[in-house]
Amino acid sequence: MPATAMSAVPHVSGRTRTGRLVIYAIALAIGLALAVAPFIFPDVRSQEVAARICVFIVLVASYDLLIGYTGIVSFAHTMFFGLGAYGAAIALKQMGPGWDAVFLGGGAGILAAAVLAALIGVLSLRVKAIFFAMVTLAAASVMLVLASQLSEITNGEDGLVYAIPALFKPATKLLTNANGRVETLFGVALNGKLALYYFVFLTSAAMFWLLTRIVRSPLGSVLEAIRENEMRTEALGYRVVAYRTAVFVIAAIVAAIAGVVWAVWLRYTGPASTLSFSIMIDILLMVVIGGMGTMVGSIIGVTLMSLAQYYLKDLMAAAAEATASIPLLPHVLEPDRWLLWLGLLFILLVYFFPAGIAGTLMRKGAH
Amino acid sequence: MASANKTMGGAFERIGGVNALPVILMIIALPLVGSFSSWMTLTVAGLAMGMMIFLMASGLSLIFGLMDVLNFGHSAFISFGAFIAASVLAALAFWVESDSVLLNFLALFLAVSAAALFGLIAGWFFERVIIKPVYRDHLRQILITIGALIIAEQLILTIWGGAPIPVERPAILQGSIIIGDVAIEIYRIFAFLLGLAAFLALYLVLNRTRVGLLIRAGVENREMVEALGFRIDRVFIAVFMAGSALAAIGGSMWAGYQGLISATLGSELMVLVFIVVIIGGLGSIEGSLLGALLVGLLGNYVAFIFPKLSLASNMLLMLIVLLWRPWGLRPAVKH
Repeated sequence: MPATAMSAVPHVSGRTRTGRLVIYAIALAIGLALAVAPFIFPDVRSQEVAARICVFIVLVASYDLLIGYTGIVSFAHTMFFGLGAYGAAIALKQMGPGWDAVFLGGGAGILAAAVLAALIGVLSLRVKAIFFAMVTLAAASVMLVLASQLSEITNGEDGLVYAIPALFKPATKLLTNANGRVETLFGVALNGKLALYYFVFLTSAAMFWLLTRIVRSPLGSVLEAIRENEMRTEALGYRVVAYRTAVFVIAAIVAAIAGVVWAVWLRYTGPASTLSFSIMIDILLMVVIGGMGTMVGSIIGVTLMSLAQYYLKDLMAAAAEATASIPLLPHVLEPDRWLLWLGLLFILLVYFFPAGIAGTLMRKGAH
Repeated sequence: MASANKTMGGAFERIGGVNALPVILMIIALPLVGSFSSWMTLTVAGLAMGMMIFLMASGLSLIFGLMDVLNFGHSAFISFGAFIAASVLAALAFWVESDSVLLNFLALFLAVSAAALFGLIAGWFFERVIIKPVYRDHLRQILITIGALIIAEQLILTIWGGAPIPVERPAILQGSIIIGDVAIEIYRIFAFLLGLAAFLALYLVLNRTRVGLLIRAGVENREMVEALGFRIDRVFIAVFMAGSALAAIGGSMWAGYQGLISATLGSELMVLVFIVVIIGGLGSIEGSLLGALLVGLLGNYVAFIFPKLSLASNMLLMLIVLLWRPWGLRPAVKH
């Protein structure tokens, strides 16, 4: 018996390693694709998808820091995202398109997010997880209402449209050739649009790198200890409430930075694009599909969901048309009903693969 | 300072402690509102709204207290209740519009019963299929019930469509009673009375019957009840079904109150319901009633006095209550 047990060990770790390898390879491929996205997918829609994936990877990874690594369920993540976005948007609208507006407004938004997160954390992180979830849900919904009510500054439901720094305007020429025309590289014009994409990509990459550093640091280990056994961690001398509050603030700051980037990319900020509950649901779905408690999982979850969001709808429209003669079925297959199917998928995932795609593959055979 | 606090606390306890808060709120609001007739209208509206929210919140609170399950999908029962009642009323339009009091009430009774029946059946299904596999795992509970909520909302959109649906009130409940210069909508009185009846029924069942004794014992200490040989899981499912039915009834009353309902109704109300449950304290129906009345009254007063603040007012209320009593005003279980 011991012999078989011994022989099973390398086999298991071998499978684990392959799973790990596959996941990292996929994540790396996605990262590379995003890095060269403007050159391999030059059309406008693909650029939108790529930028959205970049920003949401940061947003989802920072949320994973809460839900996956620390075991905190918060529904206020879009609130912090929105604070950053609105900070930058309001400043850009009021002060004109300059870097000072981005930094000043974005900074104010990030600061507001940090302060609010600290307040909520100190107030309610000492109670049960479920209580905290309810408090954050209430706070987020109030923020959503405020954004649409304070229409003098936020322009209500319509949101804000503004100009962004001149560097990012499509007319800006980064390099000019001999004729004074904009230089091209692999057939892609080196204009402001490209600079904007790389601004989004590089900021997101830096944020993601920062988050992976945090979870690998001693702080990350304490967070996982809190998730696994709160009492024991407290007994070991770690002040659980302080750690939870700290990680909540960190996640809020990162989400707010993602919000600033998103506001600059979209040149539009409104309740639907930043604060709405459906974005919170998207984040939740992405975290769970990708795999809670794995930073690479967020890359996979976001990419899958975003591609589905943009392209699955087309597929469903086709399916609805094809089944038009059958009663009820076309209604369920309508592109607007795609959340129905995602909801089902979500429930099944939580039941059968609570570790998500990345977690399941990486731990495959480990137990 | 400490002694002043103590005497104030003593006086506060003498007039009824936290139970007196809605009355205190009413008295404070009177000079701020200014005119008596507006105050009366707002108070009745607040009480009616509070009672409807109580219907929705009590089930959630009990389910949490007894089973330690927080059902984020609870609002699905509210929405479905509203839409089913609206459909029944629309189908019985002839009865609804007729002058006969009997037919009016019959239509209303059928609409509310249909909603309640749906709540019972869906509650059973929900508990067995969705929640049972994830007992005692809060994170997955939250995720799964959120998933169920997404599906439920999409189903409502599929069945009833995205456009708002008008809801017909029975003829007898239309219009207002005028006493002096105070006009009171009849529907509000009816909603208040129905909520009150539900509260009394719940109170009596919980405090005077054997099942109620079991439920309260289960809230206090579930293991002990099980050790004494009672099948607590049967009590669970009964409470879950009853709670879901109450939410559906609350939703059906809300549909008539609003007159126009859309698919987002449930998620909009959910935040109010959560605030009520947090303020009241998890697991107690008295707490839910207290929280619901406070939220209803405050919402109406603030909307009148400082319209800009109206939506943040409930959040502020929650903040203050949490600072003062982190477990809510009247929690049944102290975790």
